[in-house]
Order: sequence, then C-alpha cells, then structure tokens
Amino acid sequence: MLDVLTGFVEELRAAGLEISITEAADAGRAVHEIDMSDRDALEVALGSTLVKSHAHWKVFKTVFEIYFARRHGAQIGAERTGSLEDDIRRELAGPVPSHAMSAGEYEPLTGTDGAIEALGELSEAELSDAALRALEADDEELVRLVASYAVSRYGGMQPGRPVGGVYYLYRTLRALQVEALEARLMEGELSRTSPSAGAIERRLARDAVKGRIERLRQAIESEIRRRLVADRGAKALAKSVRRPLITDVDVMHATAEELEEMRRVVRPLSRKLAVRLAKRHRHTRKGPLDFRATVRRSLSTGGVPVQPSFRAAKPAKPEIVVLADISGSVATFARFTLQLVHSVASHLRGVRSFVFVDGIDEVTKLIEGHEDVSDAVRRISTEADVMWVDGHSDYGHAFTVFLERWGECVGPKTTLMVLGDARNNYHASQSWVLAELSRRARAVYWLDPEPRAYWGTGDSIVAEYGAWCDAVVECRNLRQLEDFVGKLSEKGKVA
Amino acid sequence: MASSGSRDNVPAGPFEPGAAGGAAAGVAPAASRAAGGGRGNGSFGSAADVSRRLENTGYLPDDRISAVVYLASRLEKPVLVEGPAGTGKTELAKSVAVATGSRLIRLQCYEGLDESKALYEWNYRKQLLRIQAERVAEASSAQAVEVSWSSIEEDIFSEEFLLERPLLSAIRAGEPTVLLVDEVDRVELETEALLLEVLSEYQVSIPEIGTVRASSIPMVFLTSNGTRELSEALKRRCLYLYLDYPSPDRERRIVTAKVPGISMELAEQVARIVQTLRGMDLKKHPSISETLDWARTLVVLGIGFVDEASTSATLNVLLKYRSDLDKAAKELGLE
Ligand SMILES: Nc1ncnc2c1ncn2[C@@H]1O[C@H](COP(=O)(O)OP(=O)(O)OP(=O)(O)O)[C@@H](O)[C@H]1O
Ligand SMILES: [Mg+2]
Repeated sequence: MLDVLTGFVEELRAAGLEISITEAADAGRAVHEIDMSDRDALEVALGSTLVKSHAHWKVFKTVFEIYFARRHGAQIGAERTGSLEDDIRRELAGPVPSHAMSAGEYEPLTGTDGAIEALGELSEAELSDAALRALEADDEELVRLVASYAVSRYGGMQPGRPVGGVYYLYRTLRALQVEALEARLMEGELSRTSPSAGAIERRLARDAVKGRIERLRQAIESEIRRRLVADRGAKALAKSVRRPLITDVDVMHATAEELEEMRRVVRPLSRKLAVRLAKRHRHTRKGPLDFRATVRRSLSTGGVPVQPSFRAAKPAKPEIVVLADISGSVATFARFTLQLVHSVASHLRGVRSFVFVDGIDEVTKLIEGHEDVSDAVRRISTEADVMWVDGHSDYGHAFTVFLERWGECVGPKTTLMVLGDARNNYHASQSWVLAELSRRARAVYWLDPEPRAYWGTGDSIVAEYGAWCDAVVECRNLRQLEDFVGKLSEKGKVA
Repeated sequence: MASSGSRDNVPAGPFEPGAAGGAAAGVAPAASRAAGGGRGNGSFGSAADVSRRLENTGYLPDDRISAVVYLASRLEKPVLVEGPAGTGKTELAKSVAVATGSRLIRLQCYEGLDESKALYEWNYRKQLLRIQAERVAEASSAQAVEVSWSSIEEDIFSEEFLLERPLLSAIRAGEPTVLLVDEVDRVELETEALLLEVLSEYQVSIPEIGTVRASSIPMVFLTSNGTRELSEALKRRCLYLYLDYPSPDRERRIVTAKVPGISMELAEQVARIVQTLRGMDLKKHPSISETLDWARTLVVLGIGFVDEASTSATLNVLLKYRSDLDKAAKELGLE
C-alpha cells in the first residue's frame, strides 16, 4: 500500500497539486484507520489529508479514479473478472450489490485501453434502457457503468491519439441519443405529477431531468478524462497544456488552462506583493496602554504605575486601490489582473478594486465575496456597470468619474495601481486626473501588458499618463510581474 | 502526545515562580485530569458510529462528514470545514460535542482578535489592587517590614490572576473537549499564526508561569466561509472537509427531523424547491437555516402543499434580496 500511496501522491503532484511531506504522511496514517476494502472510505481518507482546497477536488477525483480503479471498466481488455456488460445486466437484474473490493484490487494502472471493439453485446435499446433506469433511480454506480460502457463503445478513443476530450464527449453523447433520453425522463417525471400540476411542479420536473442528464454527462466526462490520463499520464497531460514555462506565457494570449495555471503561481507572488505594498513607514506614535507591561514596570516603584507603557501603535491599514481595464483589447490580461487583485485582496484587507471600460464601477464586494476567482470574474462581467457609451476603452472618462465618485478614497497612505494598455481610442486623456490622484496618493504604479515597443503607437498614450506615475512597468508575463514585485523596495516604492 | 503533567518548569525569565522557592502555584492540579490520552469515554468506534451518534443529536451527516470526523478523532488532527454560509459547519462542531458528551469551547473569530482575547490575559485590575494592598499593609505596620517585591511579583503573576481565554481553556480542560474556532477566515495573518502554533503543539507557553500542555488533545473544528485564503501552513495541519449544500434527500431528512409536524410530502417539496432555487443564478442562495425557516413558516400557516400562491406569499423567507425574489418568481412561473 505504501508504494501505491507514494505513486498516487506523485501523480497528484504531477497534476499540479502541492502536497507536503507531512500531508503525504498523514494520508498514510489515515489509510490505516479505515477499512481498506471500502473504496469510498479510502477516497475520504486520501481526499481529506491531501486536498485542502475545494477547487482541486476534480483533479484529485480523476487521479483517484485511475489509481484506485474499480474492478470493471478500468482497463478494458485487461484481466477482468467479469465483463462490463455482465455488470450492467446484473445491476439491472437485482438489488444493488456492494461494490466493495479487497485491498489487493487497488492496482495502479499503467497500460492503456485496448480491445474496445471486443465489446458490443448490449443492444442500443438495452443500453438506452439501462441509462434510463440508472438515471431514474439515481443509481450512481449504474450511471457510471453505463458511462464507462458508452465511452468504450462509442467514444472511439484510441491510445496516443492527440484529440481533446470534448470530441469524445460529443461522440458519446450523440451515440447515446441524449435528447431522446431527456424526453423519456421528462415523460416519466410528468406522469408522476398530477395533471393539474402548476408551474412550480413543472419547473421541478424539468430541473430534476436536467440534473440527471447533467450527472450522466459528468460521468461520461470523468470517464473520458480518466482514460486520457491513464493513456498519457498525468504529467504528460499537464505538460501538453503547459508547453512554454508558465512564467513566460504572454498574458495577453494565454489560454484558459494557462490562466488557471498562472493563478497557482500568482498566489504566493501576490502575498509578497501585498506585503510590499502594505509596508508603511514606522510611526513613533504611541498605541494603546499596555497593561501587562505597565503593571510589570510599576513593581520597581512600589506598585505605583508612574511610567505607563504603551503598545506599539497598530500601523494604519494598508490601502491599495486598483483600477483595472477590462475592455476587449485586454480581455485576457484583465482576467489575469482580476486574479491578481483577487489574490491580493485575499491576503489584505483595505484593497478596493475598480474595473473600467469607458465607465467605471467598484467591484470590491464582488471580488471579496467569491472564493473562486472565476465566479468573481463572471459576476463582474455581468454585473459591473462599466459601459458608458460604446464599450470601447475611454481612460479619460473612466478616470474623471473615478475622481468624482471615489476620489476621496485616495489619500497619503494609498498605493494606486492602474492595470491596462492605455489605448484610449483617441479620446481625451484627461491626464490631469491622474496628476491629481498622484498628488494625493503615496505612490502610483501602472502595469501595461503590451510589449514596450508598442507603447505610444496608435492610440496608446501610456507616456502621457506615465508622467504622473512613480513607475510604468511592462507586465506581459509572470516573470515581469515577479520582477516588479521584487523591485518594490522596503518603502513600497520601485527603486 | 503528552499525557502527563500540565506544566513544565521551563526557565521562563525573571518571573519564573519556581525560582523563588515555596510550592509554586500549579496551573491546574494534574490529578484532576482524565488520565491518559484519548478523548474520554466519548470517542468514536467507527465512521458508522459517528453517523449514528450525530443523528441522535439531531444532526444528519452524510458519509463523507462522518468519515472525516472519525479520522480526525483517530488521528487527533483538527478539521478545517469550509463551505457556503449555512451548510452546517458550526452546527457540526456543536453536535460532535453533544454526541461525545464533551464540553464545547468556542472561539468566535473577528477582525482584530488578538492573543489577549484568544489565549490568555492577566487580570490587571486585580493585580493593581493586590499591589496597593501590599503598600497599605507596609505603611500601617509598626516596624518597617522589608517587603520583597519579587515575592509580590511571583504572587500576582500566578494562577489566581490569570484570565483564561478559549484556546487556553481548551488546552487546560480536564474533561473531554471540543474546540470550535469559528469563522477563522476573519482573523489577520498574525493571529492565524498564533492559532497554528497552538494547534501544532497543543501547548501554550506563558512566560510567567511556564508551559501548559494539553493532557488530552481536544477535538478541534475550524470553520471558514472562504472569504480569505488561509495560510498553507494552517491547511497542512488540518484535515479538510468541504461542506456543500446537502442533497435534496438529506435536506428532506433534515427538515423532517427539525420541523415538528411536517408531512413527508411537504418536506420533500420544500427540499426540491430549495434545490431548484440553488440552481438559479442568485445573489444569495438559501441556506439550510432558511430552508428550515421556510418549512416552519409553511407549517405554522397550515399549508400542506405548496402551490404558486403560497410560494409567492412566503418566498421572502428564503430569499433576502429584492432582485433574487424577482428573478426566482419569474423562473418559477409565479407571475
Ligand atoms: N446536517 C444537519 N442536520 C441538521 N441540521 C442542520 C444540518 N446542517 C445544518 N443544519 C441546520 O442549519 C443551521 C445552520 O447551520 P450552521 O449555523 O452550522 O451553518 P454554518 O455553515 O456554520 O453557516 P455560516 O457559514 O453562516 O456560519 C443550523 O442551525 C442547523 O439547524
Ligand atoms: Mg457558522
């Protein structure tokens, strides 16, 4: 079991999870406390010791499915006790049997699927019935079996074939005729409600059916993911997504996966950034009376507290105000910067965030309110009121509105960060606003995602704004962001 | 873990009481402690045992919850419970305390919580009075008594003047204890570090008194709404449990257990409608407490089956924002 566990942890690490030695050791201890033949218990034991963020659960689940494969459907064509279709028939025939396995059956998989064509005994009608039955009874195990079978039979997956998972998903769904399935499920649902059922009942029926179809889709998806990873290995799969080193990927052209990956790197970086930006000059001002120390000191004067002792003043709250351009020209950059802001905000209180296109809106609450940055980004793109006229960047107008409505929040302790390409669509720059903000703030930094060579070309007026900034920084990738953070000296200023 | 005495005589600076002779005031008599490790007679035998006993307290866990609680009790590790508001995080800790017959000690976190509120504090008022009293005695006595200030020091930094805060209480508790650190995402990083220290060593060092060790390790639950990313170090220390909204079936059972007089049909309908609402894109989804409030409202109003009219009339129990109410009403076809 120890070897298996070590391999499993390695596989999780390859898939991008950070797992410490202590956690791996905890997993080892946890496994000893459970009945090893109970696969669900094993999943909880490993999951609760190795995965400390809900966002990583899906990755864990995939690797777990491969590593601690079930008896059936794990490796088509390999030594299996019973066939998949036998399992399905058995499920259909009787009461749900126990799927517990003995510890000996946890064998890490290394091979790939073969002999997929060897299957084919279930007729389409049988399979469709099995799917219906599984979904209606919410029989998770049967759903999984059906998914597994459908993928082997219709997915057309071949080892080493460089095709994305979505392709297989659609193939399988089409072959299963999900629309027909959905209709049959709906029919069943409605037949159970009274004919006089109102709008709510109909809505509940519809949601129930949708939920079930979604579960089937997820089962198929996870089966495909499982096979892809079993085929290529978690590391290979991660590598194929990762091609250039993530710190060098151009933020403006990053894919969704790359952004996700960046997020992991951004986290420790943003903590550093938060600390640097928040560093304040030490005040000599006294804090509240320190009773403990005063009583101590009074002992030398016969218990008379002649010399009160004060705590060090609690430094004033760090204040960071972020203005981020989220217009189309910098869409990916915006996503990235929102991640950064989200991450900084999670380390620090006193961060206020604003997004703008030609209008500007505060999104501090939206950013703080979401654990997952994608939710925050989604909410921001639907709820933030950033369109004023035409949805093309107008820095001048956005800045002016900011000064009018929120200008008060910039004071001598504030660090102002502007994130954007300063492409103003030939609108008035209103750079006096930035001059005014710069006068009020402790420091103003501008991060531009465009290559320096493009600055000032076309409608880019970064130089005009830059005149009022403490620094304008090219920030095309994580490495440059890192440099910027590194250069923020102790005083919170770029040297 | 240490199961012996409650304190160590580590040299702790000039105020180490043991140095001045005499029987130093102990932190707590070790004899009154439950002997040995473990968590008293309330400890769990299996995950199934956890389920059964939690259910007896009125808390309905799923298999995952029970399994993690069982592991935590076996491995003597804290559990970090994360999830949306109102999914039973706090209630879980409370119920585990009830199920094991343990004392519940709760540390409610908030921004600005510090050591003197979380760990311990000296009772300064009392200390000053004690010092004043000494001076009065000195002045009124006929012959000048050589008052040894060091003995006063020793005296006023002793057990009698110590104010226990939740973390110290939990460590010193002689009886089986469940420590609930509620909403830990609200404290600053420094306080989180303090927590981490206590949770990794299960000991607290008080310079004036010495090191206080837990004689038995309390069960610890930390809850978080995820408003802030907790430090990796703290997460590493804990088992992780994500509490999502319950399945409709479990929610139905929760409703049946917690709302007297509700019919199975109504409970099921309530659970399904709430489930549908949680599938909508709303500002705030209904929590379990809101489900329960709604179910109680329906029972009080004598509604046995919810239709469009009764839903319309009571939906504000479930949803708190105007915009959410409008959206849900439209989606449910209540107009
Ligand atoms: N599994 C359960 N069985 C019975 N009742 C439950 C269960 N889960 C939650 N409840 C009920 O829901 C209410 C809300 O739970 P609780 O206060 O523990 O939520 P929470 O997750 O701590 O929320 P918050 O994040 O807002 O602090 C409890 O008072 C309890 O009555
Ligand atoms: Mg709570």
